[in-house]
Amino acid sequence: MSKRHDVKRYPGLNALNLAFFAYLYAPLAVVVAYSFNDNKIAGVWTHFSLKWYGSALNNPALMKALETSLIVAAVATVVATTIALMAALAIIRGRNVRYRRLSETIVNLPLLLPEIVLAVATLILFSLIGLQNGMVKLVIAHSAFCTPFAFLPIRARLQGMSLDFEEAATDLYASRWVTFRRVTLPLIFPGLFSGAMLAFLISMDDFITSNMLSSGGTTTLPVYIFSLIRAGTSPELNAIASLLILASLVLATTALLVAARGNRDRL
Amino acid sequence: MTDSAHHGPVTATAPRARAPGFWHNLAFWGLLPSWLLMGVALLLPILIIAAVSVATRGAYGGFEWGFDLSGYRQILFNEGWTGELEFTPQYLVIILRTLALAGVTTLICLAVAVPVAYHIACQPPRLKAALVYLITLPFWVSMILRVYAWMIILGRDGPLPRFLEFFGAHAGLSFMYNDGATLAAMVYTYMPLMVLPVFASIEKLDGTLIEAAHDLYGNRWVTLRRVILPLTAPGLISGAILVFVPSLGAVLEPSLMGGGKQMMMGSLIQLQFSGGRNWPFGAAIAMTLLVFVMIVLLLIARRATAKESTA
Repeated sequence: MSKRHDVKRYPGLNALNLAFFAYLYAPLAVVVAYSFNDNKIAGVWTHFSLKWYGSALNNPALMKALETSLIVAAVATVVATTIALMAALAIIRGRNVRYRRLSETIVNLPLLLPEIVLAVATLILFSLIGLQNGMVKLVIAHSAFCTPFAFLPIRARLQGMSLDFEEAATDLYASRWVTFRRVTLPLIFPGLFSGAMLAFLISMDDFITSNMLSSGGTTTLPVYIFSLIRAGTSPELNAIASLLILASLVLATTALLVAARGNRDRL
Repeated sequence: MTDSAHHGPVTATAPRARAPGFWHNLAFWGLLPSWLLMGVALLLPILIIAAVSVATRGAYGGFEWGFDLSGYRQILFNEGWTGELEFTPQYLVIILRTLALAGVTTLICLAVAVPVAYHIACQPPRLKAALVYLITLPFWVSMILRVYAWMIILGRDGPLPRFLEFFGAHAGLSFMYNDGATLAAMVYTYMPLMVLPVFASIEKLDGTLIEAAHDLYGNRWVTLRRVILPLTAPGLISGAILVFVPSLGAVLEPSLMGGGKQMMMGSLIQLQFSGGRNWPFGAAIAMTLLVFVMIVLLLIARRATAKESTA
């Protein structure tokens, strides 16, 4: 059948798709392009310069915000992934689990509710119990909304996995713990890894909750960027944005590649 | 390995050698941490915010416990000095704007996602995987940066005003701080959430059905309307939910693109809680938003169970 007469083809779709991918990437490209502008006024081009990258990297407030974000994201990722792994094992492997569906809904609840409602609700709770420590507040809230993002890939991996290998290990007199550590854990690692990666990215990306909960000393990166945007666009902000765009693209690619590999040698 | 291990209850094939209590205990101890975390960080706060929405406004910000519907009343009425109620539409306008912008965002995403996803689904496997990856990728860039990119594009001296100036528009043009700007950022930030589920359901479509429709003298448009769209409806619906629900709670888009004036419910809630303004009123708006989301989710759940029982 010639392409012209292929009934599955619709006219103009090629052009539309090209336009769509341009639309997806052009805004990010614009930010990166503007970051190389020497002029102090971001919108007026003078000539190429890397000086805003230098001043971004030497900005102590930015580095402090980055540090806060990294600490919160790292702790929240460990907590969320651990809790998600336990919940997934219980839900998929547990026998006669009461409230199985309810438990699954509870774990996924942060995905269903508007984040701003959760953010202000948590703010009220923390102010009622008098919790002052900004880091602790952020870690608790971030762990909660990161858990479903860690849970879903782990659950998917566990569900598709056969029990044969674990049974073989048990037959060979491996203890329960050795079986888990040497057989189960390596088998679900791709799910675990992409879950943890997702949790980390979601935590790093969060603005709404962090903005509500952060106090003086615990400004996270998106909250700091928001304050910069409010102060007006600047080429330094564009340089910061470009560095972060690059970092997210690299991280996301790594996560997706690992996930794809995991799916290929799926058991 | 046996194929049966994929399906059916996994628990049935669990090793017999293990103590019978182990898997029961595993279920309990495994789920305990998530129940604790979600209880403390989610369920308890929701109960408290429901209580705060009917509390009295504190004299110095915050609130005092009690039962008072003034938070909800304030959504529609303004209370005068002598206690008379005067209808003020300012917050109703914000609620309607929220619903309208979320709805229009969903429709635009849907209209773009269907042809794009269809086209991708028609590509050879390797190219298909690459294109899906390219759609997922920008989604991992921080939300705030994706909104910021649109501030640059639409703002004064941005690429779009410059482009139009080149064709004779007057200088100093800016498209910022209105509903259109908010909409542009919302469509951009939520688009991948629509394309992926729509793609997933179009990809599963049986190509022979399209050929069959053609053999029965259906042209492309009839095939689209009578075969492709009905068969992919579940994917379109889940994409619509994935876009509509977070759109209702949008905060960054209205507060950055809409300026201070063109608020949505999310940015209104945020405003009431930052700087110790009116907590009971903010909580009442939050509960209203929660109810909207719950209505959408319940409708979907009912649809899903109705399908299950007919199947």
